Amino acid sequence: MDFIAAICSPGMLCQVLVGLSRTVILFIVASGLSLILGVLRIPNIAHGSLYMIGAFMTFTVSTAFGAGIKGYWMAVLLAPIFVALISFIIERGIFRRLYEREHIMLFLLTFAFALIFGDLVKLVWGAEYRTVSMPRFFQGSIPIFGLPFPIYNFFLLLMGPLVAVVLWLLVNKTKMGKISKAAAVDREMVAAVGVNVSLVFCIVFVIGCYLAGLGGALVAPIVNVTLGMDHTLIMEAFLIVIMGGLGNIWGALFGALIFGITQSLGILVWPKFGIVFPYAAVIVVLLFRPTGLLKSTW
Amino acid sequence: MLEVRNISKSFSGFKAVNKAELDVKQGEIVAVIGPNGAGKTTLFNLITGILKPDEGKVLFKGEEITGLPAYKTCRKGITRSFQVVNVFSRLSVFENVRISVLAQQQKTFNLFTPSRNLVNKETTDILESVGLMGKGESVCGALSHGDRKVLEIAIALGGKPELLILDEPTAGMSPEETTRCIDLINQLSKNLGLTILFCEHDMELVFAIAHRIMVMVRGATIIQGLPDEVRCNQQVQDAYLGGSDVCSV
Amino acid sequence: MGEKKAVVILLIVAALFAVVPFGLPRFYVYLIALIVTTGLLSTSLNFALGFGGIYQLHHAVFYGVGAYGAAVAITKLGYNPWLSFIIGPLIAALLSVIMGLICVRLSKLYFGMLQISLGSLVWAVVYRWYSFTGGDDGIHGIPVPEIIASPEGSYYFAMIVAALSLYCMYRLLNSPFGSTLQGIRDNAVRSEAIGVNVRRHQLAAMVIAGFFAGVAGVMFVVVDNSVFPDMMFWTLSMEITIMALLGGWFTLLGPMLGAAVIVALRTFVAAYTEYWTLALGVVCMVVILFLPEGILGYVQKISKKRASAYDRG
Repeated sequence: MDFIAAICSPGMLCQVLVGLSRTVILFIVASGLSLILGVLRIPNIAHGSLYMIGAFMTFTVSTAFGAGIKGYWMAVLLAPIFVALISFIIERGIFRRLYEREHIMLFLLTFAFALIFGDLVKLVWGAEYRTVSMPRFFQGSIPIFGLPFPIYNFFLLLMGPLVAVVLWLLVNKTKMGKISKAAAVDREMVAAVGVNVSLVFCIVFVIGCYLAGLGGALVAPIVNVTLGMDHTLIMEAFLIVIMGGLGNIWGALFGALIFGITQSLGILVWPKFGIVFPYAAVIVVLLFRPTGLLKSTW
Repeated sequence: MLEVRNISKSFSGFKAVNKAELDVKQGEIVAVIGPNGAGKTTLFNLITGILKPDEGKVLFKGEEITGLPAYKTCRKGITRSFQVVNVFSRLSVFENVRISVLAQQQKTFNLFTPSRNLVNKETTDILESVGLMGKGESVCGALSHGDRKVLEIAIALGGKPELLILDEPTAGMSPEETTRCIDLINQLSKNLGLTILFCEHDMELVFAIAHRIMVMVRGATIIQGLPDEVRCNQQVQDAYLGGSDVCSV
Repeated sequence: MGEKKAVVILLIVAALFAVVPFGLPRFYVYLIALIVTTGLLSTSLNFALGFGGIYQLHHAVFYGVGAYGAAVAITKLGYNPWLSFIIGPLIAALLSVIMGLICVRLSKLYFGMLQISLGSLVWAVVYRWYSFTGGDDGIHGIPVPEIIASPEGSYYFAMIVAALSLYCMYRLLNSPFGSTLQGIRDNAVRSEAIGVNVRRHQLAAMVIAGFFAGVAGVMFVVVDNSVFPDMMFWTLSMEITIMALLGGWFTLLGPMLGAAVIVALRTFVAAYTEYWTLALGVVCMVVILFLPEGILGYVQKISKKRASAYDRG
């Protein structure tokens, strides 16, 4: 994010907007996590690893297509699909058998996958960090409130609400969405009515993981793609999801906003301890609303 | 001894208990009957503190206990058994009752004495009184259904209650087991002087041992009275006993 | 009969542990001391998790706080080391009380997640507070009393402290408190119905677990003479949970066994390949899918089956 700070003049508004665009990434990943947690009741620790795989895959695809704007769009298209494919395999292969187990088992299983994916990434891409160059289309800045604001971040600020609206439509306006909301609350009842709950869960899981991959793809041009990006992200994503309410898309949005803003403000106000502010915000929210800001599905 | 006044509880708009009333005098055996879903278990949950009522009062021995959490109502002298067998599945029968006795004697924060040396006599006494003495070492999974229901009662007895609430104590029992259970309930009432409140679907049992009966339909109390009064009541007959004329007055 | 046998086995095991420094090279002495330290940490976690049913998802915080407490007391505040060794676990216990009071109103997963947030907050503060805690470097070269400074000395210290702690936890689990706690684990509703104040007991269990985690932290300070922020990172919390699960989370000694397996694996696998986390992930998956009661749990199940076959046959 360093070159963004270089482009952006040190105005508070600018900082906040930059923070907001990072927030979009967090929101996209967290919404996927929230869906999976809300409907399947699986706390998917591997979500961070899938995000990381999305980012690395973006590097591979975009370099394969020439690192220009075409490469970028191909990557953003294909990398999340690749991640979704992986998630499909692990859901059908392993998770499906374990839905009846205690939560802590599922939690640890996803942790096992996180460990395995972490090393697989190291195996395939090596330990050095990669950079995905920003396509020329997105380079430069446009003036917002008189201050130069990076085009790519502006693009992200547009993507965020777009994803939110699409998800909201999916969950609330499609038959699949309504079934998954019902299944989140009472899966036995839904199964008794003749719905193939297993299929519903699979679809929700895959969509959730697709979002993780999408987040990774979108973030690739503006960060160093490294091993270990999964670790920091997953904790933040979890905290956002709990803060917002399990399974609630708008909750994930609010949570991500609060997280991003408190982090930006924190760094401005007390640079050394800036990263503490979002954690404190989460705790404050949970103290007053232990189940999250908005209604959770269970 | 127990007075329940005007008590209600809703779940997301569904009124499970609707201004119900109940009186239980000391030493009595009182039965609550009603069709499935009438709210009997919810009523018991409200009395014992597992649920908090939306409105209404519960008084025990003159003292208001409305909304007290379950562990406090237990200490006041009300214990209960559960409709669906709800025991400590990993522990043996003996351990199950022992925990209950330890809790009643408030010894649960005792950190250093080995449990196996404590309260053995009281636990044995209880197991003897319910007839489970020979099965002390068995793990709960190995018991027959009838024995598990009796274990439910034994655990409730560990709390040295004055009022014992039994939720469908003979559900799923065979005829012999049911007879044993009836004898047990009568024994507890006569020998230990316990006040007993229970709910049941087995009408013969209810009319055989209950001193008084309360009838619940759709969460509300229809009538409380002596068995003959209840049997002859028209509303009860229509709602529950099938409308047939079992009354010979 | 069973009692006497157990005591004899214990004495033999104790004797074996006692002669280790004389037979094995220094590296192994250090390794075994580390195993016992991690094992105690995992056992303390299991006190809350396996015996209390509490979703203690970020237990490593108490380990780190205990270690840092002692380290900071010795290096920055200049306290007597022996005093610092007591201060560490006490601070860990205090933190347990605070975190417990905040979290215990919630159930299962929410409880775990709130604990993770609180723990991450503590980690973030320690990570940044360079002047007091050494930041992401940690603190190294912590001076400890001469008698326990050598590898052998630290080894015996670790052994004795671990043995005492295990004995303490053994007594606790067999006491009425322990029975009640296990009752709460199996059936919280029923426990409440028989007069048990479930929240208070769970809080007490968390404090005990946190205290012994702090003790393990102090053991690490003695064995390794250093502390670093990773000691309270959430990945360590997951690892020790895996250890408890692997060894058997309904047994007292299971986590110790799990720690031994995992630390040994890590040391020897890491010598051949850099993909140790992959191996750990696979082990974790195998345990969850095929050995949900852990190694010791499986052994117990088999021996019970044989015993009951005896009774019937």
